[in-house]
Amino acid sequence: MNELPLPAPSTGPSPVRPSTQPSAGGPVATSRRGGLWRDTAGQVLRQRSARMGLAILGLLVFVAVFAPVIATHDPDGRLLGVEQGVKQRAAPCIHLLGCPEDQPQHLLGTDGNFRDVFSRVVFGARTSLVIGFAAIGFAIIVGTTIGALAGYIGGGLDNVLMRLMDIVLAFPALLLAIAIVTAVGASLANALFAIALVSVPIYARIARASVLSTKESDYVTASRALGESGFGILTRRIMPNSITPLVVQGTLGIGGAVLEIAALAFVGVTGDLNRPEWGSMIGLERNQLFNAPHVILAPGIAIILTVLGFNLLGDGLRDALDPRLNR
Amino acid sequence: MTIPVLIGITFLVFALARLIPGDPCRAVLGERATDALCNDFIIRYGLDQPIPVQFVSYLQQLASGDLGTSIKHSRPVTTLLIERLPTTIELTLLAMLFATFLGVPLGLLSAYRRNSAADVGTMMFANLGVSVPVFVLGLILAFVFAIVLKDTPFALPPSGRLSSGVSVVPLAVVWGLEDWTGPPRALLDFVSGIYIFSGLITGQWGPAADAFRHMILPAVALGTIPLAIVARITRSSLLEVLGLDFIRTARAKGLGERGVVIRHGARNAMMPVVTIIGLQLGLLLSGAVLTETVFNLAGVGRSLFEAISGRDYVVIQGFTLLIAFGYVMINLVVDISYGLLDPRIRLQ
Repeated sequence: MNELPLPAPSTGPSPVRPSTQPSAGGPVATSRRGGLWRDTAGQVLRQRSARMGLAILGLLVFVAVFAPVIATHDPDGRLLGVEQGVKQRAAPCIHLLGCPEDQPQHLLGTDGNFRDVFSRVVFGARTSLVIGFAAIGFAIIVGTTIGALAGYIGGGLDNVLMRLMDIVLAFPALLLAIAIVTAVGASLANALFAIALVSVPIYARIARASVLSTKESDYVTASRALGESGFGILTRRIMPNSITPLVVQGTLGIGGAVLEIAALAFVGVTGDLNRPEWGSMIGLERNQLFNAPHVILAPGIAIILTVLGFNLLGDGLRDALDPRLNR
Repeated sequence: MTIPVLIGITFLVFALARLIPGDPCRAVLGERATDALCNDFIIRYGLDQPIPVQFVSYLQQLASGDLGTSIKHSRPVTTLLIERLPTTIELTLLAMLFATFLGVPLGLLSAYRRNSAADVGTMMFANLGVSVPVFVLGLILAFVFAIVLKDTPFALPPSGRLSSGVSVVPLAVVWGLEDWTGPPRALLDFVSGIYIFSGLITGQWGPAADAFRHMILPAVALGTIPLAIVARITRSSLLEVLGLDFIRTARAKGLGERGVVIRHGARNAMMPVVTIIGLQLGLLLSGAVLTETVFNLAGVGRSLFEAISGRDYVVIQGFTLLIAFGYVMINLVVDISYGLLDPRIRLQ
């Protein structure tokens, strides 16, 4: 085993904690059984909130992937004149639960354009998940790059980059996103871009903090002495330390992004409002709450479930992975 | 550090407002405005000047306390602010009070009775609370309290600030100061716009209560996410503090459990809570756009959104600047309040 010449500080002989000695063989043993990843997965799954979050998100991903199979109707299909007896904003009608057979079956009713709400909600899962992952993925890549460079190079660059981040953070995120979308044109792609952009500073700060906390440590100095390049040190020695906080924050961030995209769609700055998307479904029908609450509640509950799933998973990840909480 | 950020904000706001595509002239004067009319319009508002020149003259204008004149409403932005800001202040303050005065006790209770039914319930509620979009919650609340509970004592109005026929007499009229002009009068009118407050200090109980009833649903809708966050942070912060040595000392010297938790635990646990309350104010301003739309309130958030769609540069700049400056100042106040809570970090 080649890690022997570099004793990790925590396993060093210490008269105060002799009890750590026997368990020193622990990590080696677990790595034989399946390694770090399996170990981590086990820790995460021990958290009830992580399990609940994963269950909700698993269901959502399933629905999004198999949307064409699950949906009972074409999400964009206007059924007026196509389907016999279809009514505008009809309440949910399920034949199994006693809805008269002569009425067309719509699991979650129909909307103002005679479309099947259930199918639209099902297809909406695709939009929300894709945008959430894409926006936060982009924010993490850009933010981490900025934060890592600022922290590693330091000096003037650090100052300029982090002040830029402060400026972005000084705006309420949603307002800035609305302003950006209006500036570059109302479309879903631009909304994604705006959400990504306003999320960048959070990840930049996390990456910078972990670079600052590790760049002076002994093992980094050792790598440098061994002749490793600056890029190699940054990517292989320092950045792995920031994966945990980035993953935790990213998971919570996707939930936030789903909320933001829904809000942008609700105020109508995502272009085509007839796309099956939860926020615009609510925005289009918001004055109909009093006669047909289902057209608002169905996509509303879908948003709540999605965000709840990401929040629960994020909390579970944090509880499992944050060493400061392992008390 | 605050000043470069403020200048950066000003420039960013200025640049973003200029980036918004579309012709402000035709957005304001209508699609059929003639070229001559538009030329006139552009020269009048200095839109023909290079952007840096426009920026410098804007800074000069700002330095003299002038936020410009709305292109669309042909009225000074400060006047618009005096009309609309009170609504938003009333809304966000009530939402924040709701979040703080419910969230902190809930969080303390959760931590104090860890793993009890109250704790599990609070945390489930908190998880759900942070997952509900403001506009969905707003619509649901409006549905429940204005439709389902209609004609019961629990019915609450779902839109506007006052019932029709009710008005709050402005302070200038009540106090006979109608001959005041300039900034003092503006300040007076501004305070008058905060209906609940001005109604209360002048003894107009009925209108004040009416204004309050109109603000309950919007404030609850807006305050629920902060409430959930405040409760969670309070809980985890107190749990962390209760594990520290000085708490054991306090118990060892025979203090009652309540004294230990409230006097020694809670006070030391408040720092992260104060930070998060400050940060939430920014979030509240975002949420205010949505809340004001759902509940039909003419506040800053909705005006800003309308200004963005109507390409009213001057209003966009003025309002965004105000919000961003306000946010930076709130953070400053938060920093200062640390010193009050924790003598160890009093400002040197």
